Amino acid sequence: MKVLLRNPRRELELPGPLTVATLLDRLELNPESVLVICGDTLVTRDARLSDGDTVEIRPVMSGGAS
Amino acid sequence: MKCRVCRGPAAVDIRRHNAAFCPEHFVHHCREQVRRAIKEHGMLGAGERVLVAVSGGKDSLALWDLLVALGYDADGLYLGLGIGGYSDRSGDAARAYADARDRKLHEVDLAGDYGYDIPGAAAATRRAPCGACGLSKRHLFNTIAIERGYDVIATGHNLDDEAAVLLGNVMRWEPGYLGRQHPVLPATPGFARKVKPLIRLGERETAAYCVLESIDYIVEECPMAEGNRHLGYKEVLNDLEDRSPGTKAAFLFGFLDRAQPLFAGDARDEREGLGECAICGSPTTGEICAFCRLRARAGGA
Repeated sequence: MKVLLRNPRRELELPGPLTVATLLDRLELNPESVLVICGDTLVTRDARLSDGDTVEIRPVMSGGAS
Repeated sequence: MKCRVCRGPAAVDIRRHNAAFCPEHFVHHCREQVRRAIKEHGMLGAGERVLVAVSGGKDSLALWDLLVALGYDADGLYLGLGIGGYSDRSGDAARAYADARDRKLHEVDLAGDYGYDIPGAAAATRRAPCGACGLSKRHLFNTIAIERGYDVIATGHNLDDEAAVLLGNVMRWEPGYLGRQHPVLPATPGFARKVKPLIRLGERETAAYCVLESIDYIVEECPMAEGNRHLGYKEVLNDLEDRSPGTKAAFLFGFLDRAQPLFAGDARDEREGLGECAICGSPTTGEICAFCRLRARAGGA
């Protein structure tokens, strides 16, 4: 599957199938700090991702302390 | 996972609520959380004019959308900070949202209207850019709300923002800041009321709301905020939250219920001792307010 990461923007190719939770664990990403979008669909951490999927991992943490 | 409400396929899971929601019921959940925050803290009254501080990011655009969905008369205010392409793209996102929804967006440009920008101010003062940015925003949102006849300023501070600010204030034991940390700051002479209606939503929820409601927000992080202390506090809190869901909400809401009132007197004392800035007339502890001093040092006056 194709995995798109941001900040900085980069792409990875990973073998499926695997769950969202496993994917985030492998990438050492905290599930609290990202959304996972498979194609155009938001998915929960138990969703299964397959070889042909395009998956965006979108960070949600932002901001200065103003 | 299945939606807690309809048992259909879930799109968003929220571990602190031990719940997941389908798109329709997640949007309903967000509206209910904002409605509840507004009611609990008496943030907004019927018929009041609300000015939403809009950055083009997920929180401020979600807030604007949610307030309008709940029936409030809410316009936006975008402040151009002069942070290169990042500011260009964030302004584009704010304008695109306002145009698509036919909503009124006020615009102020720091360089064009006040003669300085944030990178220049940070260099001139040799301080972290987030300090100059926060000071400029607080001053101008307040001034413009009062000048243009708005009853209240609404900002997109969410549960994560407020928990991180609280951690920072506790780490340094800042009694004045702790006393002011509340979802509502009432209007006082020279200050418009300020409210934070997203206090019950985490930033994962505001981002998901934007995705599900087709709101195009600027996803990239401000280049000047990279590595700042506030983001470090958020990372620490997210680590705790991952191990023990609900930690951030318990930390923040426990403070608001049981500790904030103990510090409220310190914040009141600070506000009561204020005079008027000799240049702009804004409330200040000295002769010249911090905004006018910043502007002068950054070459804008």
